[in-house]
Amino acid sequence: MSESPKRLIADVERLAHTQVNDCYQCGKCTAGCPRAGVMDAGPTRLIRLVQTGDVLEAAACESVWQCVSCLTCTTRCPKSVNIAGVVDALRQISVERNITARKYSRTVLFQKEFLRNIRRNGRTNELELVAAWKLVAFFDDWSPFKALADARLGIPMLTRHKLHFKPGSPVKDKAVVRRIFDRCAAKRKSETEQEQD
Amino acid sequence: MAKIGVFTCWCGENIARHVDVERVAKAIESLPGVHCSMNYKYMCSEPGQSLIIDQIKSLGLTGVVVASCSPHMHLKTFRAAAAQAGVNPYMVEMANIREQCSWVHADKEEATAKAIELIRIAVEKLRHNRPLQPISVPITKKALVIGGGVAGIQAALDIAAAGHEVILVEKEPSVGGKMAGLSETFPTLDCSQCILTPRMVEVNQHPKIRLMTYSEVEKVEGYIGNFSVTIRQKARYVDVNKCTGCGTCWNGCPNKRIPNAFDFNLGNRTAIYIPFPQAVPARPVIDSTRCIHFKNGKCGICEKNCAAGAINFNDEDKLVTEEVGAVVVATGYQLYSIGKEQTNPNISGYGEYGYGKYKDVIDSLQFERLISASGPTGGEPKRPSDGRIPQKIVFIQCVGSRDNAKGVSYCSKICCMYTAKHTMLYKHKVHDGEAHVFYMDIRSGGKKYDEFVRRAIEQDGALYHRGRVSKITEEEIDGVRKLIVRGADTLTGKPVTVEADMVVLACAMTPTDGATALAQKLSVGYDEYGFLSESHPKLRPVETNSAGVFLCGACQGPKDIPESVAQASAAAAKVLVMFSQDQLTREPEIAHVDESLCAACCACVQACPYEAIAIEEVLDRRGNLVKYTSRVNPGLCMGCGTCVAVCPSKSIDLEGFTEEEVYAEIESLL
Amino acid sequence: MEFGYYPGCALHGSSNDYEQSVRACFDKLGVKLSELEDWICCGATAAHSINQKLATALPARNLAIAEKSGCANLLAPCPMCSMELIKARQAIQADEAVREEMSEIVELPVTGATEIVNLIQVFQAIGLDAIKSKVTDSLDRFKPACYYGCLLTRPPKTLRFDDCEHPSSMETILRELGAEPVEWNYKTECCGAGMTLCDPGTVVDLAHKIIANAKKHGANVIVTACPMCQMNLDMRQADVVKKFAESLDMPICYLSDMVGLALGLTPEELGINRHYVALRV
Repeated sequence: MSESPKRLIADVERLAHTQVNDCYQCGKCTAGCPRAGVMDAGPTRLIRLVQTGDVLEAAACESVWQCVSCLTCTTRCPKSVNIAGVVDALRQISVERNITARKYSRTVLFQKEFLRNIRRNGRTNELELVAAWKLVAFFDDWSPFKALADARLGIPMLTRHKLHFKPGSPVKDKAVVRRIFDRCAAKRKSETEQEQD
Repeated sequence: MAKIGVFTCWCGENIARHVDVERVAKAIESLPGVHCSMNYKYMCSEPGQSLIIDQIKSLGLTGVVVASCSPHMHLKTFRAAAAQAGVNPYMVEMANIREQCSWVHADKEEATAKAIELIRIAVEKLRHNRPLQPISVPITKKALVIGGGVAGIQAALDIAAAGHEVILVEKEPSVGGKMAGLSETFPTLDCSQCILTPRMVEVNQHPKIRLMTYSEVEKVEGYIGNFSVTIRQKARYVDVNKCTGCGTCWNGCPNKRIPNAFDFNLGNRTAIYIPFPQAVPARPVIDSTRCIHFKNGKCGICEKNCAAGAINFNDEDKLVTEEVGAVVVATGYQLYSIGKEQTNPNISGYGEYGYGKYKDVIDSLQFERLISASGPTGGEPKRPSDGRIPQKIVFIQCVGSRDNAKGVSYCSKICCMYTAKHTMLYKHKVHDGEAHVFYMDIRSGGKKYDEFVRRAIEQDGALYHRGRVSKITEEEIDGVRKLIVRGADTLTGKPVTVEADMVVLACAMTPTDGATALAQKLSVGYDEYGFLSESHPKLRPVETNSAGVFLCGACQGPKDIPESVAQASAAAAKVLVMFSQDQLTREPEIAHVDESLCAACCACVQACPYEAIAIEEVLDRRGNLVKYTSRVNPGLCMGCGTCVAVCPSKSIDLEGFTEEEVYAEIESLL
Repeated sequence: MEFGYYPGCALHGSSNDYEQSVRACFDKLGVKLSELEDWICCGATAAHSINQKLATALPARNLAIAEKSGCANLLAPCPMCSMELIKARQAIQADEAVREEMSEIVELPVTGATEIVNLIQVFQAIGLDAIKSKVTDSLDRFKPACYYGCLLTRPPKTLRFDDCEHPSSMETILRELGAEPVEWNYKTECCGAGMTLCDPGTVVDLAHKIIANAKKHGANVIVTACPMCQMNLDMRQADVVKKFAESLDMPICYLSDMVGLALGLTPEELGINRHYVALRV
């Protein structure tokens, strides 16, 4: 894929439906962000990196995955920049190029596993999702501690009938879900290829 | 026989880049009536004008078409050149081949063809033009100044100093405006009232100035040099001629807990009151909405105590009509409110700052009152909720300003400076206090301005954070109410939380609420925010498009005191230029009635937006009534042509744009 | 009164207590819910983090199904689903090209005809007077802190529901039912539910901030209309108590739980007994 900063900026703007040059770096997004205190690059800096064409540097930041998508930034932006949308775009770019910050590769694994789960079932099958994710994550970091970290939550969930081994009301037409997934992936691919032409 | 000269301008590259001027000139040569067709690089330059003058003289031209820019730009120039060469100036036409052609077309072929068309139209009109003579109208050498803040005071004093009468109208009970409420002024920290009150006294005492406080302009009629203005003098319930300003009435008034608007509701006043101790005139008014006497007919203590017998509970609003020749508008500004309810649909409040429901979140003008010696706390910066002296104040800049989402997109220009001043004044009063400023950019252009901001940071220790604040909440911490201010420092990239005792918002400067209504009465334009429009942003900064009406101060845009005063003197100078003449000349391009054809149907009278047409009697030599006819007042007519369009008998025509001339233009296109 | 019903994965999974509560409540109020035939997941955070196209297509499929069934108003009790559906609907309504593209991707024509409503809006549509006419118990023993979280009001330009900084629609309903809602400062702060599996540390911090503030302002229950907020604040509360060594004991209920109690339903009927932190009824 082409690495031209101009194209990367255009890609972010198209995915996020916003104009990054509208941002005048006031910092209100960082000020209201519930996670900014722990971020390596707060939302203000992420937007600045996009403005200067350093999109890949932005996409590789940990903060992209520390974001909780609460939309406070977008809501309060005095210039109506869709900051949360830009973060989403950076996430997508980081996944597509496999440049996600190492610390958050597990989060990406989870999100991917989540989508795989929907692709397979049409709806999330929570037990299957958690089990699959724990397995994938275990093969990623070989940490049994992490793999079992939330296991203690499982028993109370089962006793409260909040987790089910057999999820009710499955989707009948699962094939169409698969076709939707495939079409979306294909569309994205052709759009990025078009951009390179 | 018309002998027309056509002069095509290159405007440097502006026209010549997209229009083949040589080809244009060549193509025009053969048009009927055209005697010469020339082109030149800068037709408006002196050699360009000389070229026109020489051609008129040597060829005996009867009319001139200049193909160049908009007539707004240079019609005056070329008319003067023609007049100099002996041709009637109204025999000059301009074809706009710049704004309407070269600037908007990229294709040279098309632009050239269009330029030729535009010139052909102008030539055709000129062939039907008649020479016209300018109209003279008399002038009333008396000015009306609307608004008694520092700008209005300055304009009134300057005009009066030149010996002309001035009426100064102020809607509040006292002159002084916003400046009278300020503490100290940047960048010198001189006391605002100390420098303003002598001027306030002067306007009250000046023999040429008639001060009308507690009054508003109700209606404006007439035209430049001859305005007729109706002013509403609101019922004061105090006879200002009898009153001595002794203060017995307001000291004795039992109704003492009314929020004082002059203190932005931080302090109280009585029902009969002067807004502040140095008010001019030092004559009280009774607030009839709060006075006990107006509620139940009782009390009347002020009336009983007044030795001068000045109280008059039966006072009523009075309408006064005044004739003036010029109007200066100086209605000033107010601050954007962060409240939930907004009058302007394009503006919303700041829910994230609590919509103004936290008592200790105040705006900058309120803070001015808190640190002003004449303010409700006597200059002690006590916070409104519990009177504590705040140990930590957060100042937030750009609240409403530069905020497309909630406020206005412009920069309010003065907030950087007064916020620096606020931090200094606070630190001078509370030495161990902390002053935090959240800013986006520091804009301190001006003589000694940036030095002033640096002084606040370097000497007085104000802590500046570059970032906006996202949210303010109120929490009780260890028994004390604190404002939790969540901002960011974009230079460190980290969020910053300050537990403050008070927050001061530097809110956007916006025009006063009544400004647009007044602008409509005066036929003055205004922008989307309600700031009144000057005639030209660079070259006519105090004039408006309504002849005889001038602007100064913050009603035209955000500005500080020195700028307001400078602009006020400039407006006064423009008024004085007008008043230096005994007659005003007006352009003759106005409507004219052929009285022999007029059937007095009144269609034009009703259609005229300027009330310039009236039905009058036509008498014969013996004084017998022959018929009625409509007649145009040449002073009022603005030449808009509406009457021409509605006249069923075709008996009205517009000089300079007669039906014959306009049809000739159209036909040349067909 | 009848509404289309899009439960979303949460209400059919770990937040099935929410579905139980909503259904019990609406049964009592005579509101019929017709579940969308063969609905699929809205894609949630994963879709908009990994493929934007998918983030529109998955909700679009559901919108198309709703349209086909002639559904005028579709209730999505989960704010995440609701927001994703509304976002997709607006994109489809605003742009002919998106409409065509989505119809092709989801294999059904979609125009965005179906209106999406949240739980609070359904209560508003039923009307406070109609609800009050069926009330048997006053809620006067409750001092709820109404918690809106992120996605009930944000982004305001898309959702156009209540005031995004100082919402009050839940308070209005609960006050009418006799409760005394408290004023507090974290009505719209994020609880971090989206990160509850990936980053429990931060989630515990955020949850602590919210629950502690509600408690400080005198609340004895937090009321929410979001399955993720409920589960996060409820299930993670034990961790919060452990980490901050602070007794919170703050029950977290759904808005429908509160309305249901006022209508005389039992905690068992509403599924309140399945919450982690017990509500003292």
